[in-house]
Amino acid sequence: MSQQAVNGVPSRGKVLTVDNMNPNVKRVEYAVRGPIVQRAVQIEKELREGVKKPFTEVIKANIGDAHAMGQKPITFLRQVLALCAYPELMEDNKFPEDAKKRAQRILDACGGHSIGAYSASQGIECVRQDVARYIEKRDGGIPSNPDSIYLSTGASDAIVTMLKLLVCGEGHDRTGVMISIPQYPLYSAALADLGAVQISYYLDEDKCWSLDVAELRRALNAARQHCNPRVLCIINPGNPTGQVQSRQCIEDVIKFAKEEHLFLMADEVYQDNVYAEGCKFHSFKKVLFEMGPEYSSTVEMASFHSTSKCYMGECGFRGGYMEVINMDPEVKAQLIKLVSVRLCPPVPGQALLDLVVNPPQPDEPSYTTFMKERTAVLAALAEKAKLTEEIFNTVPGITCNPVQGAMYTFPRITLPQKAIDKAKEQGQVPDMYYCMRLLEEEGICLVPGSGFGQREGTFHFRMTILPPTEKLKVVLQKIRDFHLRFTQEFS
Amino acid sequence: MTENGVMSRAKVLTIDTINPTVKKVEYAVRGPIVQRAVELERELSQGMKKPFAEVIKANIGDAHAMGQQPITFFRQVLALCSYPELLSDNTFPEDAKSRACRILQSCGGHSMGSYSASQGIDSVRKDVARYIERRDGGVPCDPDDIYLTTGASDGIVTMLKLLVSGEGATRTGVMISIPQYPLYSAALAELGAVQINYYLNEDKCWSMDIPELQRALDEAREYCNPRALCIINPGNPTGQVQSRECIEDVIRFAAKERLFLMADEVYQDNVYADGCQFHSFKKVLFEMGPEYSETVELASFHSTSKCYMGECGFRGGYMEIINMDNEVKAQLTKLVSVRLCPPVPGQALMDLVVNPPQPGEPSYDSFIKERTATLSALAEKAKLTEQVLNTVQGISCNPVQGAMYSFPRITIPEKAVKEATEQGQQPDMFYCMKMLEETGICLVPGSGFGQKDGTYHFRMTILPPTDKLKILLDKVKEFHQKFTQQYS
Repeated sequence: MSQQAVNGVPSRGKVLTVDNMNPNVKRVEYAVRGPIVQRAVQIEKELREGVKKPFTEVIKANIGDAHAMGQKPITFLRQVLALCAYPELMEDNKFPEDAKKRAQRILDACGGHSIGAYSASQGIECVRQDVARYIEKRDGGIPSNPDSIYLSTGASDAIVTMLKLLVCGEGHDRTGVMISIPQYPLYSAALADLGAVQISYYLDEDKCWSLDVAELRRALNAARQHCNPRVLCIINPGNPTGQVQSRQCIEDVIKFAKEEHLFLMADEVYQDNVYAEGCKFHSFKKVLFEMGPEYSSTVEMASFHSTSKCYMGECGFRGGYMEVINMDPEVKAQLIKLVSVRLCPPVPGQALLDLVVNPPQPDEPSYTTFMKERTAVLAALAEKAKLTEEIFNTVPGITCNPVQGAMYTFPRITLPQKAIDKAKEQGQVPDMYYCMRLLEEEGICLVPGSGFGQREGTFHFRMTILPPTEKLKVVLQKIRDFHLRFTQEFS
Repeated sequence: MTENGVMSRAKVLTIDTINPTVKKVEYAVRGPIVQRAVELERELSQGMKKPFAEVIKANIGDAHAMGQQPITFFRQVLALCSYPELLSDNTFPEDAKSRACRILQSCGGHSMGSYSASQGIDSVRKDVARYIERRDGGVPCDPDDIYLTTGASDGIVTMLKLLVSGEGATRTGVMISIPQYPLYSAALAELGAVQINYYLNEDKCWSMDIPELQRALDEAREYCNPRALCIINPGNPTGQVQSRECIEDVIRFAAKERLFLMADEVYQDNVYADGCQFHSFKKVLFEMGPEYSETVELASFHSTSKCYMGECGFRGGYMEIINMDNEVKAQLTKLVSVRLCPPVPGQALMDLVVNPPQPGEPSYDSFIKERTATLSALAEKAKLTEQVLNTVQGISCNPVQGAMYSFPRITIPEKAVKEATEQGQQPDMFYCMKMLEETGICLVPGSGFGQKDGTYHFRMTILPPTDKLKILLDKVKEFHQKFTQQYS
C-alpha cells in the first residue's frame, strides 16, 4: 500500500524536481529575456492595474525587436504573405502583379499548393534555390549550391543544430567552442545546454570592439589544456557590440581557423545593418573564396542569416537559413536526418525568406515603394546609431563606442565603488543592480553587460537603438539623468 | 601539408567526431524510403519512364499535401493579420476582422512580426485555457500552465529534455509504446535517455495493458531510472482511441509508480469509430479526485497540424502542464526563452482553433460545414481503408479508430524475409521499397515505428482524396498479391 493510502494525503515529493532535472538546463542563462525582463513585465502589469509609478510606460530596450518598437513591416512582404495565406486574394485588384507572381510561385512549390503543408525538412526547394542565387549576387558571383542551404526556424535554430552536431568527447576531449566576450547569449546558453566547453575570446573595447588574432590564439592555447577546441564563432556585425569586422580581420580569422583546425560559424544576421562610414559588410563566404582554393576547398564553415533583423524586422515569423561550406558528406547526411525529426521550419517564415532574397526588381511595380521603405528603415537606424553614440558620450561615466552596425549600443559605465558594494551586499552583479534601479525609477529596460560577458571589473549595458527617434532622444536623456543621479547618490 | 601542396588533414567535423547521440537518431517518417521517393519524383519530372505516373506520399500525416483544403475562416484571419490594410476590405466577414484585430492588439507594435512572450501571446494562452475548460466540462485551466510551442514536437522535446538526468543505472528511462511515433525514439536517442518499450496489444485493437506497462517498468528498473510515461491518444501509428477506463488505469499506474505522464493528444478531433470517444488525460485526472489531480504530474500536447485543420506548415502547438514543481516551471520558462518565441503565425492560428466561429457569427455556417466535411471524409476513408485491406490475404488491418493512419500487419513470405536479410534490409523495408519502385506508393515500414519481433507492418496515411485512396488501396492489394506470389 502506498504512503498516500495510509494517511490519505500525498506525502511524497514530485517526480520532477530541481534536484533531479536535467542539470545542463539549470546552467542555461539567457539574459535578453532574463530576470530584468521578468521584472519589467511585472511592472507593466502593475501599471495596467493602476499602480502609481514614476513613469507611465515601460520601454523595452532589451531586445532586438523592431516592430515592437514601432518599425513598420515592408508592404510588399506582407502583401505576398497575405496572398499565400488566402489565395482567394489573387482576384483582388488591390495587390500588385509582382506580389501575386511571387505568391503563386511559392504556393506552386508547396504541397497541395498550401502553406499549410509540411515542406521538405531542408526547406522548400525553390526557396533554397533563391537563397543560393541571393548569396551569389551578394558575393560577386561566387557559386552557392542550393543543397548547401538549410532553411531554419530563425537563425537560432540553425546555430543550435550546428553546435549540437559539433559537440562530442568527454573530460579533456570535450568539444570547446570559441565565442566572443561580449557575445549574444544564445551561444553561452546552447553551450551550457549541450555541456560543451565555452572558450571566451575578448574583443578589444579600446579598438572599437575589434577582433584580435593574438587574443584568439591566447584563448585557444589556454583552452587546449582542458578541452578539445573545434569551433570558432564570430558574430558580424556584432551583437551586442555592433562592430563591423574589416576585411583584413576576416581574412586573419579564416587563416587562424585553418591553421588551428577549427570549424567556423559566422553569424551574419545583421548583414544589412551597417551604418558607420568606412565600414562594410564582407561575408565570410566571399572572403573565404577570394582567398583561393587553399582555403576555400578546406575550411569548414557555416554562415547564418535571418528574417528578424536588417530592414525586415520580422522576428515573429522565425525565418532563417544557414549555408554550409566544405561539410563532410557523411556529416551532411546526419544533419539532414537530424533536421527531419522536427519535420520542417515554419512555412510562412520560409515564404518570407524567399521574398527577402528575391525582392522587387527595378522593372517591377513594387520596386519604388519597396526601396523607399527599405531605405527609410535603414536610414533611421543609422541616424539613431549616431545619435545614441553622441548622447551617451556626453555623459561623464558613460563611454560609448561607435555603433558601427547591428541594432544595439553597449556602452561602458563607471559605477562608484559604493554602488558596487551595495550591489554585492544584495547578492547582485553591479550592472544588474544599476539596470534594475534604472527600470524601477525610469521604466527603461536594458540588459546588464554581465548577461553578455565583459572584462572583469568593467560594467556595461546593452540598449537597442530601435525606439522611434523622438522617443529614443527621451530615453537617452532619461538614462543620462539617471546615471548622473546614481553616480551622485553613491559618491 | 604533403610535399605536393595537397591538403591531407581530415576535416574538423567527420562521422567519427560528430556528436555520437546524433548518429543514433532515426526518423523513419522522413527516412531512407522517403529519400528514395523524392529521388523517383525527380526522375519522373526529368522524363524517366516508370511503372507509374506519380509518386504517392502516403508516408506522412500531411493533409494539405494530399489535397485537403484549409478552413476558410482561418486563412482569412491569417491574411488579415499578415496585411492589416485588408481590414478595410469588404470581402472579409466581421468575425474574421474582429479576431484579427484582437490578435494584432496582443502583438508588439500590433505586428505579427514582433517576438511574442516566450511562453506565447498572453491572450492566446487565455483562449487556449478557455478551450480546454470547455472541452473538459468545466475542469479549470490556468493560462499560466499553457506554453505555446513550435508544433507539438517542440513541446514534447522540451519536456523530455527537462526530464533527462542521471548516469548509468540512474539514467532517466522513458516509457513509450511499441509501435510509437518515432519523434519519441529520436528525441530519446538524441538526449541519451533510456527508451522503455511497452507493447500495445495488436489482437485487442492496439489497446494498452497495465500488466504490460508493469512488466516493461519492472524490467527497466534493473538498468535505468524510469521517470516518464508517454501515451499517444488517439494513437500514432495505430489509431487506437483509449477507453476512459484505460486512461484511469494509466493514471493510477503513473501515480503508484511515480511517473511523469506525457499525453500526446494531437489527434483529439480525429475519432471515427462507433463507441470511441476522446477523453483528455487532464479531464480524467481531475475527475479521479484530488488524490490524483493534485499529485500526478502531467503534460498534455496539442497541435494545429492534425484534426480538421491540417495546418502542418504553420508549426502551431501548445502544452498544458499540470502539477509541475514551481522551481522546475521557472527552469522551463527560462529554457524556452532562449529560442525567443514560437512562430507568431502559428500562435495566431492556434488562437483561431481554440476560438472558432460561434453560432450567430457570420462565418459559423461555413466553418461547421468545412470542418464536418473534412472530419467525415476522414471517417469514411478510415473505414474504407480497413475494409479493403482486410480483403487481402496476408494483410490484416485493425479498425482505424482515430488519427490519420492505418498500420496493418502484413505476412511476408520466408523467401522474401531471407532476401531482405541478405541485402541487409529489414523485411518490411524491403517490402515497402519494392512497393515504391513498382507502384510509386510511399509508405513507412513498421520497423520504423517498432513492432513485436517477427511481425511486419506498414503505416499508410488515409489522407488521399477518397477516389485516389481507392486506387491506392487497390494497388497495394495488387502489389501484395504479386509480392506474395513472387516469393512463394
